[in-house]
Amino acid sequence: MTEPLLVVEGLEVEFATDRGWVQVLDGVSFTVGRGETVGLVGESGSGKTVTSLAVLGLLPAESSRITAGSIRLDGRELVGLPRRRMEALRGDELSMIFQEPMTSLDPAFRVGDQIAEVVRRHRGGSKRAAWARAVEVLSTVGIPHAERRARSYPHEFSGGMRQRVMIAMALSCEPKLVIADEPTTALDVTIQAQVLDLLRAMRDEFGTAVVFVTHDLGVVADICDRAVVMYAGQVVERAGVDALYEHPRHPYTEALLSAMPQLTARSGRLATIPGSTPPAGAMPPGCRFHPRCGHGVDACRDTAVAEHPLAEGGTSRCLRVSDLALKGSA
Amino acid sequence: MTATAIDRREALAPPEPGARARFVRRFRRQRLALAALVYLVLVVLATVLAPLLATHDPLAQNLGSVLQQPGGGHVLGTDDLGRDVFSRALYAGRVSLVAAAQAVGVAVVLGVIPGLVAGYAGRKVDAVIMRLTDALMSFPPLILAIAFVGVLGPSLTNAMFVIGVIFAPRFVRLVRGTVLSIREETFVEASRSIGTPTPRVIVRHVLPNALSPLIVQVSLTAAMAMLAEASLSFLGLGVQPPDASWGSMIERGFRYTATAPWLTVFPGLLIALTVLAFNVLGDGLRDSLGREIRRGS
Amino acid sequence: MLRYTVRRVLMMVPLLVLVSLGVFALVLMIPGDPAITIAGENATEAQIDATRERLGLNDPVLVQYAAWAGHALTGDLGSSLFSNESVTGAIAGRFPVTLALTLAAMLIALLIAVPAGVVAALRRGRWQDRGATLFASVGISLPNFWVGILLIMAFALAFPIFPAVGYTPISEGVGAWARGLVLPGITLGTAVAAEITRQLRGSLTDTLQQDFIRTARANGLSARAVVLRHGLKNAAVPVVTVIGFQVGFLLGGSVIVERVFGLPGLGDLAIRAVLQRDIPMIQGIVVVAALIVMLVNLAVDLSYGWLNPKVRQA
Ligand SMILES: Nc1ncnc2c1ncn2[C@@H]1O[C@H](COP(=O)(O)OP(=O)(O)O)[C@@H](O)[C@H]1O
Ligand code: SF4
Ligand SMILES: [Mg+2]
Repeated sequence: MTEPLLVVEGLEVEFATDRGWVQVLDGVSFTVGRGETVGLVGESGSGKTVTSLAVLGLLPAESSRITAGSIRLDGRELVGLPRRRMEALRGDELSMIFQEPMTSLDPAFRVGDQIAEVVRRHRGGSKRAAWARAVEVLSTVGIPHAERRARSYPHEFSGGMRQRVMIAMALSCEPKLVIADEPTTALDVTIQAQVLDLLRAMRDEFGTAVVFVTHDLGVVADICDRAVVMYAGQVVERAGVDALYEHPRHPYTEALLSAMPQLTARSGRLATIPGSTPPAGAMPPGCRFHPRCGHGVDACRDTAVAEHPLAEGGTSRCLRVSDLALKGSA
Repeated sequence: MTATAIDRREALAPPEPGARARFVRRFRRQRLALAALVYLVLVVLATVLAPLLATHDPLAQNLGSVLQQPGGGHVLGTDDLGRDVFSRALYAGRVSLVAAAQAVGVAVVLGVIPGLVAGYAGRKVDAVIMRLTDALMSFPPLILAIAFVGVLGPSLTNAMFVIGVIFAPRFVRLVRGTVLSIREETFVEASRSIGTPTPRVIVRHVLPNALSPLIVQVSLTAAMAMLAEASLSFLGLGVQPPDASWGSMIERGFRYTATAPWLTVFPGLLIALTVLAFNVLGDGLRDSLGREIRRGS
Repeated sequence: MLRYTVRRVLMMVPLLVLVSLGVFALVLMIPGDPAITIAGENATEAQIDATRERLGLNDPVLVQYAAWAGHALTGDLGSSLFSNESVTGAIAGRFPVTLALTLAAMLIALLIAVPAGVVAALRRGRWQDRGATLFASVGISLPNFWVGILLIMAFALAFPIFPAVGYTPISEGVGAWARGLVLPGITLGTAVAAEITRQLRGSLTDTLQQDFIRTARANGLSARAVVLRHGLKNAAVPVVTVIGFQVGFLLGGSVIVERVFGLPGLGDLAIRAVLQRDIPMIQGIVVVAALIVMLVNLAVDLSYGWLNPKVRQA
């Protein structure tokens, strides 16, 4: 039996703070198959970015540490991989697209040079060949006049176009996995749709597996096969997208769905779930969601909850998983 | 009506009541800066108490015991005229410190007033003042100082006045920056609309807010002024004999580099430590300022 | 870029006028009657009158300024009151020495500061960082003439590796010329190295926290490429600004270092002029020094265009 492309198992991450080491991820597990698109969903602060950075080996070396767990790409263990080996994988086998298109490209270099630099790093070859490849991916991601635009600097592009450049850079060496961390959050609604279309097209063209990180369940419906829902540093539900929408199996997912703007009339403004995510280091005992949960019972307050496997596949981290009938969307 | 009146009264309160306490708390944590402060206090005390501490008359020549090595009857040895280096260093420190203080005083006076004017007067006056400071800053400081001293005649007072003029633009910029940012703030808007005259606004709001960055700048400028004084005196353009400063002691000792190194090593060490202390103190003070205050500098 | 350059050069004109006014005003600041000062305390009435005539002191101030500035524009800064040597010629003769000294100092400063600043930024909070920070604090606090004397004691007297004083022209051998510049260069360069280290550490630390550094790392660029290519180029603007500022400091410092090491440069000329109250010579040196600083500032501003592409279009 061959393993899925990416396997994250029992991942625990701690950050150094004024009050010592504080746990930020607690037993995060999920898998991504080849060519599959998995949504990583949760409110801000739930640990999505930390999870993504951990997979890429980009957690700050001084102020963070992985205390347990395993991250395997194509069967190869990434946790504890020597720095140089990890560097060689990044951009080649896995890559990442970030949220802030305005600041995520180096303002001092032409975009073509920045992409060509990545190409040469992994593929070698002449500068001219790398430049040609840069122009090619730029035109693939829909930059008009790519030949000329490759000579432009980041500030000469709009936000949406910069996000395309970042996608081009991430895909320039055709990695097997791309993690897109809220790639559309900072963009206008119309541009958001275009970038989503582009990501979908790229996934189909290159056969790249995508981890799509977002706090917007609506986007997940558009693009993902499966969803992994995170809350307060834990995975609370894993399910296929259709099942998740129709029959959420965790009250947090239900709350996210009900806070979701109607798919037909997306205003861009999110309705919110009452209460807020507990800060790292001050997690409530028992179920971490219980202070905000509408279905809680006494047991939820003091019993740490494990992930319960579900008959239809997937998991839910809720004590009452078998006796609750939760509301899906529409 | 009452609501706005209350708003205004609140807005008129002195800026950030907790700021000073926070500043003191943060500063106490800067060990190095505290050590620098202690050192500076000791040096000032030593020079003030020079008549009590000196083991010899700093001017008394003794041609029978010239260029004596440190130790024995003379802690730091004697110079080419048989004068006691330790006693001379105490009195010279007085000269060096007073000279630095004079330069800083000149810089503050010549900086704060144009800075206030630049911040408050219209754009044209502001532009003229800023162009003038630009021009002043485009001269290499030491060259300018040497030229002025050359024209006015070598003397410590002339030298320190010129040094003060040269460092004034830093204070102009600092005060102007504080004025401009404070003018934007609501509490000054409020006092303005009630009709508080400008001088009161300056005394109640601008100066208290500018005070902390000013103190930082005073400390850093004192360091530069000490170095400048030492340099000019080393060139013979500052203090004139028989007075001595640490810089002029080195100038004299320089002739005996090969035979009596202590004549240059000790005064140099004193200059270096004192300048370092002013710099460390200034940095420590700056680090103790919150972002909210630091903005002005 | 061309428009930016032209605009920037034009901006220098008013500054130049101000500077020239200031330099000219030096004569007006002479206490008492400048003609007496210049002719000497013991000059006769006739000699003083002759001096006044020669210096044009009888003309209205503005006419005097116009004459002086007009000559200065053609490169004629007058002649020494003592040797009748042309000021421009004297400065030109001394200039190579000071240029060599300041370049040596800047080179040494960069050789120290760039590695120190980079290492401090990469090893923030560890001993390497503490060491670099300490060096930066101490380096700007040392009187440079004292550093020079200590270096002479150590490397010219105790261990005679380098010459203690004197200047060997490059025409008499590059090796000897360079050897003679080592100690003066270190003396003059220490404070500059400290200042640049401090600035580079700060600005590189800020740069390395930027999002685009994370992007570069996420695409597999090596730590080296990230720091040396993307980090340094983006951290350079404030550092280059500081380097520009340091040129004025270097010119001033060269006066002292030339005195300590007996180098026949501009600084040495300046001291002589000041001690003799050779006003035209002093004026000339100040003008040239200010001009150098302005040209360096111009070069610094133009380099921003290369370092930061946004400036080019502004
Ligand atoms: N560098 C860091 N130092 C300390 N805590 C951090 C750091 N980065 C993230 N965290 C903590 O980790 C938690 C998860 O953050 P993150 O992964 O950014 O959330 P998300 O991406 O889901 O919005 C938050 O509580 C945040 O405070
Ligand atoms: S365990 Fe209890 S509190 Fe937690 S989600 Fe389930 S019902 Fe709510
Ligand atoms: Mg995030």
